[in-house]
Amino acid sequence: MSETANINISIAILLLPLLGFIIVLFFGKRFPKIYLAEVGIISFAFILSLVVGYSKLTSFLHQDLLFSFTWINFGNVPKIGELTVDLGIKIDNLTVIMLFVVNLISMLVHIYSIAYMEGDKRYSRYFSYLGIFTFSMLGIVLTDNLLMMYIFWELVGLSSYLLIGFWYEKQSASDAGKKAFLTNRIGDIGMFIGILILFTNYKSFSFDFIYSQIANGILPYGSEVWLTAAGILVFMGAVGKSAQFPLHVWLPDAMEGPTPVSALIHAATMVAAGVYLVARIFVMLTADAMLVIAIVGAVTSLFAATIALTQNDIKKVLAYSTVSQLGYMIMALGVGAYTYAFFHLVTHAFFKACLFLGSGSVIHSMHHEQDIREMGGLKKKMPITYYTFLISTLAISGIPLTSGFLSKDGLLAGTLAFGELTGHWLIPIMGFLVAFLTAFYMFRLVILTFHGEPRNQHKFDHAHESPFVMVMPLVVLSVLSTFIWYTPNPIGATDGWFATEWVQTPQTVVPETSRFDFMVREPHEASVGEHGLIAHSEKYEHAMHWAHYPAMILSILLGGLGILLAFTMYQWKKISPDNIADKVKSLYKGSLNKWYVDEIYDASFISGTLGLGNILSWFDKWIVDGIVNGSATLTRVFSKISGWFDTYIVDGFVNATAFISGFIGLNFKRMQTGKVQTYIVLVVFSIIVLFFIIGPF
Amino acid sequence: MEVGLNHFLTVSVALFALGLYGVVTRKNAVMVLMGVELILNSANINFVAFSRFGNLGINGQIYALFVIILAAAEAAIALAIVLNIYKTFANVNIDEIKNLKE
Repeated sequence: MSETANINISIAILLLPLLGFIIVLFFGKRFPKIYLAEVGIISFAFILSLVVGYSKLTSFLHQDLLFSFTWINFGNVPKIGELTVDLGIKIDNLTVIMLFVVNLISMLVHIYSIAYMEGDKRYSRYFSYLGIFTFSMLGIVLTDNLLMMYIFWELVGLSSYLLIGFWYEKQSASDAGKKAFLTNRIGDIGMFIGILILFTNYKSFSFDFIYSQIANGILPYGSEVWLTAAGILVFMGAVGKSAQFPLHVWLPDAMEGPTPVSALIHAATMVAAGVYLVARIFVMLTADAMLVIAIVGAVTSLFAATIALTQNDIKKVLAYSTVSQLGYMIMALGVGAYTYAFFHLVTHAFFKACLFLGSGSVIHSMHHEQDIREMGGLKKKMPITYYTFLISTLAISGIPLTSGFLSKDGLLAGTLAFGELTGHWLIPIMGFLVAFLTAFYMFRLVILTFHGEPRNQHKFDHAHESPFVMVMPLVVLSVLSTFIWYTPNPIGATDGWFATEWVQTPQTVVPETSRFDFMVREPHEASVGEHGLIAHSEKYEHAMHWAHYPAMILSILLGGLGILLAFTMYQWKKISPDNIADKVKSLYKGSLNKWYVDEIYDASFISGTLGLGNILSWFDKWIVDGIVNGSATLTRVFSKISGWFDTYIVDGFVNATAFISGFIGLNFKRMQTGKVQTYIVLVVFSIIVLFFIIGPF
Repeated sequence: MEVGLNHFLTVSVALFALGLYGVVTRKNAVMVLMGVELILNSANINFVAFSRFGNLGINGQIYALFVIILAAAEAAIALAIVLNIYKTFANVNIDEIKNLKE
């Protein structure tokens, strides 16, 4: 297939879900069966993405397919010069793999939702929302520039908001939607500033153009500090969208949405968009920016894992586990393990979607019961759900033969190599601790839900295996959670095609002075080793090689230990979890209450904002309004005074003149008697007077 | 005591004052006219007196004659007007003849 054909099909893949959205949104009321069109469209898009993926990974493995056009031509802008805004798509290996993942999970969730959402009063609207989400997510995946990235970034935020608050009659659901939207906004502001820093310097949004400029030594504002700042600011978008500490608070609340939505958006795809974004900007990250990213990721993953230990809501456990795993991926990008971060993104998308859909299956059959204390013993009732859930749990715990083992092992080896090369040993320690905690809380979840005796007999009696359309996606996803799809060697990802051929660490463009010395820029500096990582130095290859077995052994050991502990505590009941909780009561309470992050935010930012709002409203009311009202009052007083002046002084003068004239007239009128005698007397009198004045006397 | 200019002038002033008084106070038009005659005659006395004692000479007496003639003509015309007024208003009271005033 030619290059253009691939590009055209990719554009079709992008636009098909939008078409589905429009059709279902506008005709959903009239034709209740129209949602089948949406399902069909997504399935078609999935088949197309398979075609593109196959063609790209066979014919164009080391070549990026590019397509762009000028969207807005500003012409010659004064002081800036020629300015055009280009849109376009870039299809590299990351893109086609993501296209496949997004379309596959989206399709499975569509199929699953047919049964799960049955009977909902906004049934077809739900499918149209899924359509716009898929469209926006594919936009993020396909874009070749930061502007489109930002636009689609906001669109996934919107569709996430719509779907979290889908049951908006529930107060908690509409609150959760708002919370997700606002929390994401904080990260997006940082991302926006970062994009603008890059745009003002390079007059372009295109990734490739910006990177080539940086590679040519043109730094933002001529300083490496600004490059670091731009990297961290764009990363802030990922902090929001991928629910990294301290903006992770929205994701657990987002579980108010329908469970298939949690699987699609809040586990597999949208939250991974943050990781995808960091992978896209990976080549321009300086050492400082990478360290920040690694620390944020490590802190997030440990923090969320400790919370997941004590949660009792099946979806909340999975939500915190998602946060924790996303922290893993971010941490992996921070330590330079680009390939494994993306690998983990893909494997996590499959097994976490499977876990969420499995939990949805449980919730569905338990009549919307989400508390694991009410479950137990469901293994007998729901065997398919149980086994698929178990496979995914094994994958997330990093047990050999699963996909999760491969990606997690590589990722942890990356942190070990990073520790070896830079001395930041705390990051691998946190990583391994999380591996242990993950295995523990995931098996706690499995045991409490599926094993043992039913704790709520009534609900247990009504439980049943889900219908075919719900079980089928579970099976597909759990099959994809095994190693065979990624590598023929179950304990070594490096023998496979995924981590060696398909996804390779790109060459950094950061100047030598501000990058980690194991990141290389020129191909000839790199070692094309057995791991196929072309953008790492030989030193890094050695470190990675050295870290491979310790990481593998440690992660299997810790995972096994976690599972053993979970079984001892919850299956065999040798150790009572309540006793432990009593012993470390403050820790237990802290974890149960999510370390009071929400409360801290309530007390600091939210009440701070409200307080600021109150102060501002007070200021408005008394100072601004006061000035306005004061000036109004002043004007009134002035106009009163000038009115008084008018009435009494000006009018007074006028009236007085008139009055005096009238008065004089009145008095002189008397002289005009019309009597000749009077006149004569006057004449005589006047003559006499005149005589006296001018006369000779 | 020699009768001098002052005596004549005194008589003349008295006559003028009486005439003026008549003109001013009387309401009857005829009486006003008689006041006017008195004033004219006081002027005549002045003329004659200045003719005798001043340096006016014979001219004073001539002027007096003119004034007498003028007075006769004036009296004739004025009486004719008064007669006409009487015919129009059936009244010769000058206070009530004020159609021109308003």
